[in-house]
Amino acid sequence: MSVDVIKTDAVIIGAGPVGLFAVFELGLLDVKAHVIDILDRPGGQCAELYPEKPIYDIPAIPIVTGQQLTDQLMEQIEPFGAEYHFNERVDTIEKIEDGFRLVTDCGTQFECKVVVIAAGGGSFTPKRPPLPGIEAYEDTSVFYSVRKMDAFKDKDVLIVGGGDSALDWTLNLQPVAKSLTLVHRRSEFRAAPASVQKMMDLVDSGNISFKLGQVTTLHGDNGQLTGVTVKSPDGSTFEQPTDIMLPFFGLTMKLGPVANWGLNLEENLIPVDTAKFETSEKGIFAIGDINTYPGKLKLILSGFHEGALMAQAAHRIVYPDKKLIFQYTTSSSNLQKKLGVK
Amino acid sequence: MARITFIQPDGSENAVDAEPGMTVMEAAVKNSVRGIAAECGGACSCATCHVYVEEEWREATGEPEAMEEDMLDFAFDVRPESRLSCQIRVTDELDGLRVRIPEKQF
Ligand SMILES: Cc1cc2nc3c(=O)[nH]c(=O)nc-3n(C[C@H](O)[C@H](O)[C@H](O)COP(=O)(O)OP(=O)(O)OC[C@H]3O[C@@H](n4cnc5c(N)ncnc54)[C@H](O)[C@@H]3O)c2cc1C
Ligand code: FES
Repeated sequence: MSVDVIKTDAVIIGAGPVGLFAVFELGLLDVKAHVIDILDRPGGQCAELYPEKPIYDIPAIPIVTGQQLTDQLMEQIEPFGAEYHFNERVDTIEKIEDGFRLVTDCGTQFECKVVVIAAGGGSFTPKRPPLPGIEAYEDTSVFYSVRKMDAFKDKDVLIVGGGDSALDWTLNLQPVAKSLTLVHRRSEFRAAPASVQKMMDLVDSGNISFKLGQVTTLHGDNGQLTGVTVKSPDGSTFEQPTDIMLPFFGLTMKLGPVANWGLNLEENLIPVDTAKFETSEKGIFAIGDINTYPGKLKLILSGFHEGALMAQAAHRIVYPDKKLIFQYTTSSSNLQKKLGVK
Repeated sequence: MARITFIQPDGSENAVDAEPGMTVMEAAVKNSVRGIAAECGGACSCATCHVYVEEEWREATGEPEAMEEDMLDFAFDVRPESRLSCQIRVTDELDGLRVRIPEKQF
C-alpha cells in the first residue's frame, strides 16, 4: 500500500475508447490526467470483447478493428503524457475541499480537481461459473485471478478453461503448485499457439495432467474445497481431488463501485446534462456508455463528442481565471506545440 | 416467416414468429423471451445467448463455426447440441425450430 497521494488535475476512470480520447481533449486545454482501469491494458470493450472485429462507423476511418482503434488512440494521445494505472479499480470518491479524493482497491490515493467517469458498462469482472455453492469457496479455495503465486505453494491446483488466462496460469503455477490439473471441455484451445505447445510438453513430461470435461459439482466444506466432479464429453463422470480451483471463463461487465459514489443513477446509468456532461455532483463528469440523457446512443462517436464538451467545462474548474479561446488544431500553433508537431 | 419455439428449463414454451434473415437470438430478444441475455448484442463475444437445439433440428441448424465453438468455451454446461443463438440465422427451412434454454446463462 502506498501512502503517497497522487495529485493531478483530472482522474479519468476507465481506459475504454472514450476515456482515452478524453485525455486528448483535456490535454489540448492543459488539463493533466491520470487514467485508471481494472483491466491490464487500455481499450475497454474494444480491446476486451472484440479486438479483432471491424468497426465501420468511426468518421473518416472506413474500417478499423477494436484493437487498432485502441492502438491508434494511444498514439494520438501520447503527447499529453497521461499516466496509466492498470489492474486497479476505483472504489471510492470523496469530496474534499479543493476537489475530490479517490482510492483504488490497491490503496492508491488520488487528489484531483475534476473526475471523469468513463466507466462504460462498468468494471470488467471474471465470470463466475453457476456451480451451486461456489460463493462459499471464493477467496479460500476458488480464485478468479492470481494476486500472489505463493498462495498456491504445495497445493493441488485445478485450472478450468481453454483460453489464454487458463493456459498462462497453467504455465506459471506449474513450478509452484504441488500438482496441477487442467480441465477443458475439448482438446482445442483458443490461446496463443506457443502456450498451447508448452502446456502439451508439460503434459507429455508428466509435470501436469490434462483432463477433458466440464466441472459440474464442488465438494468440500467450510470454504475448503476437497474435490470436484467432472463430466467427460461421453457423459460419464469422475471425481478430481483438489485444494484449489481457478476457473477462467472470460469477463463480464458489472456496474461495480460506481453504484456507491452517491451519484444519481437511472437504471445503472448516470444522468448528465448535454452541455457539460456533468453528473449530479459538480466537478464529476460522466462520458461514454456509462451516461444517459435524452437521445443517448451508446456509440464510440458519441462518447468522443461528449469528451470534447466535457473538457471545456473541466477547464473552467481547473483554471477558473483563464478565459478559453476556441482554436483549431489545424491552425493554432499553440495547440500544435502541445501535440508536439511544431 | 418461421415459427421458433423456446423451451424454458421448467418446460414452459414460448413460440415466436421470426423473419428470415434475423438471428434466433434476435427473435428471442424482440419477443422478450426469458433466459437469452445476449450481452454483446450478437457479436459472438459473450456466450450469453446459449441454447440447446432439439435433436431433430440439429441437421438443419448445422454445426457451429470455429469462432462460435471458441466462444462456447465461455458458456456453462456445453453439450453436443449447444449453439449460440446469435449465430443461427433464420430461414424458411427453420420454420418449426425448437431450442431449449439452459438453466443459466453466464
Ligand atoms: C461486440 C461489440 C461491438 C461493438 N461495435 C461498435 C461499433 O461498431 N461502433 C460503435 O460506435 N460502438 C460499438 N460498440 C460499443 C462500443 O464498444 C462502446 O460504446 C464503447 O466501448 C464505450 O466506450 P467507453 O470508453 O465508454 O466504455 P468501455 O469501453 O466499456 O470502457 C470502460 C472501462 O472502464 C473500466 N471501469 C469501469 N469501472 C471502473 C472502476 N470502478 N475502476 C476502474 N476501471 C473501471 C472498465 O474495466 C472498462 O475497461 C460495440 C460493442 C460491442 C460489445
Ligand atoms: S449475443 Fe453474445 S455471443 Fe450471442
